Amino acid sequence: MQSNPNIKTWTPATIVMVALILLGSGVALYRMLYGLGAATNMNDGYPWGFWLGLDVLGGVAMAAGGFIIACAVYLFNWKKYRPIVRPAIMTAFLGYLMAVVAIFLDIGHPFRLPHPMFMWQYHSVMWVVAMHVIFYTTTLALEFSPMLLERLGWEKARKAVGKIMVGAVIFGVMLSTLHQSSLGAVFLIAPEKMSPLWWDTKLPFHFLVSAVAMGLAMVSFETMLSAKFLDHKVDKEIFYGLARGILIVLGFYLLLKLYQLFAVASPNMAFDGSVEGNMYLLEMLVGVLLPIALLSVKKYRTSVSMLFSINVLVIIGVILNRMNVCLFSMESYTTWHGAAYSPSWKEFIVSLGIISLGVFLYKMSAKHLPLFSH
Amino acid sequence: MALNRRDFLKFSAGAGLMVTAGARPTQASPHGELSPEAVGILYDATLCIGCMSCMVNCKKANAEPGGALYHRETAGTIPYEYPENGDPIYDAPQRLSAHTLCMIKAYNGEEDGPVGKGSTFSFMKQHCLHCLEPACVSVCPVAALQKQPGTGIVTYNKDRCFGCRYCQIACPFGIPQYEWHKASPSVVKCQLCNHRYAQGRYSACCEACPTGASLFGKVKDLREEAKRRLTLKPGETYNYPVKRVDGNERTEQVVKKYVDHVYGMDEAGGTQYLFLAGVDFDKLGFNPRITNQVYPDFTWDYVSHVPALIATLLITGTVTRIATQKLGKKKNDAEKGDAA
Repeated sequence: MQSNPNIKTWTPATIVMVALILLGSGVALYRMLYGLGAATNMNDGYPWGFWLGLDVLGGVAMAAGGFIIACAVYLFNWKKYRPIVRPAIMTAFLGYLMAVVAIFLDIGHPFRLPHPMFMWQYHSVMWVVAMHVIFYTTTLALEFSPMLLERLGWEKARKAVGKIMVGAVIFGVMLSTLHQSSLGAVFLIAPEKMSPLWWDTKLPFHFLVSAVAMGLAMVSFETMLSAKFLDHKVDKEIFYGLARGILIVLGFYLLLKLYQLFAVASPNMAFDGSVEGNMYLLEMLVGVLLPIALLSVKKYRTSVSMLFSINVLVIIGVILNRMNVCLFSMESYTTWHGAAYSPSWKEFIVSLGIISLGVFLYKMSAKHLPLFSH
Repeated sequence: MALNRRDFLKFSAGAGLMVTAGARPTQASPHGELSPEAVGILYDATLCIGCMSCMVNCKKANAEPGGALYHRETAGTIPYEYPENGDPIYDAPQRLSAHTLCMIKAYNGEEDGPVGKGSTFSFMKQHCLHCLEPACVSVCPVAALQKQPGTGIVTYNKDRCFGCRYCQIACPFGIPQYEWHKASPSVVKCQLCNHRYAQGRYSACCEACPTGASLFGKVKDLREEAKRRLTLKPGETYNYPVKRVDGNERTEQVVKKYVDHVYGMDEAGGTQYLFLAGVDFDKLGFNPRITNQVYPDFTWDYVSHVPALIATLLITGTVTRIATQKLGKKKNDAEKGDAA
């Protein structure tokens, strides 16, 4: 097979992305040489900052589309979604690679990243998370490999991978389900710091369900973009199906969140004008209530341009949720503790660079790999 | 942390659905277990005169090789923190930091009132509480933080640590601090002068305390001492031990009024640092939302379900695949039949 001639490598958007990647790499190098204190505004009150909230927690949630679509096609046998299996797996693979880059930069000793592999401490959720990242990224590499092998023309290897593909998908679905919920479980240890608007023993389940909504929205969003810019022809029925999925999952998520609000926290907390309350309302409005309201109208549910906006809302809403859990839920505690945090421009630049790298690699694989052939 | 029977039962318990993984705090163990050899500190705020000898001595002792503030590249220097706009005369840290393991602060309830008078004034001493069931140890993915068997001291191994800073999120008391300014950073926390026991010495803050406010000893003795003090009546005199609870030094003091509580007896499952004061503990820098719950249980209730969840998900996945394939084939055959 040949590279797709309909996708031009150098467009204005690509030039901007490459510039951001170079800029981000420069700041990342600065961080490697001078440390976290020089590059970020993180401090002892806010040991986890913007990188962890956006690139790691948000990035991993965005990657959820990979396991959901693989599950729908390979396990549920919903053949309709076959055209988007490869892009979804590609997104998940890139999402995890980007998350690994962010973790690499975020931890104090980047080159000790493999430590959990041979220093086991299975009581730690962080260790469980680390294992999931390692295994799932490997699994995703395997699920992605047919695209590369096809391009290289290595038929034997391609067939060998094809034989274990279903096993890899089952393994991947298991890992991903647990990884998404384990990221929520990380925060179970901080009940006395977090606002009850988020902290609950069911936080892992909240993370899983919101990641499913995010994953569906992300797959739909990027498929729309690649239909417009990357020469990918898809049936509109796929978007409608994904939208129904988002509506169902968000509806269930709303029930979970309402139970949390009334049974664990109290509604006053959301409306007391505090930072936590306002952030909670914003997250719920953007990511849950508005999308549900819009998706309930059949006219909007069957309009691709409207669905595009809804997807963006869901994506932003779930990212807000991760930011809230990671940063804003501890606002009262950290203020009482005398700490404050707002990300430095260097943190923004690195995050932008990481996201640009992901999008750039996606575009390059659309051009050079059989990403959209099925 | 050893895997005890309770852990094992939970670990092997076959929980089916994801929902059940929504961990619920258990009532199985209200306390952590106290080793009879465990050592700790009893801080009595009513005896503290705020001289900060403990802070200075802590820095000196921990800047020596083996100490929690020792670094090869800065060996021989003591990390004093001087005021920003002042002469570098006094060590004057504002809060715990990568340079300060132990901190004396003052609470004055009547802002306009005379300092040091009345029942609304108190000093407080902050450093690692060496929990019986430490959250930091349970969350550390590489076991850099460990609870020493016997002494129960929570130690830190900087060569294992890869810098995820989960311990800072987990510690309910906000104790671990990070060397943000370094390209090769470590976590910094009080290790109860673990490096000095081999030399026959003990926690530097207690060695330097002139009034007996910081008292070193076995936790079981310190607990007894603390409970005994709560039975004393204000105005009586009491022969307070100084430096070590099992030592010979004593000082006779008039007993002041105590709040009827020993902080650290039950908090976060119990700690090896005990605190007596004449002012409510909520006012002395302790987060009032900290309960007596054993912290590692919060996450263990999730982690212990993971093996069962792995098995459940793998089986469900396989069964679903087989079932849908069969159904698909049947449907195909039926369609073919129709066509024929």
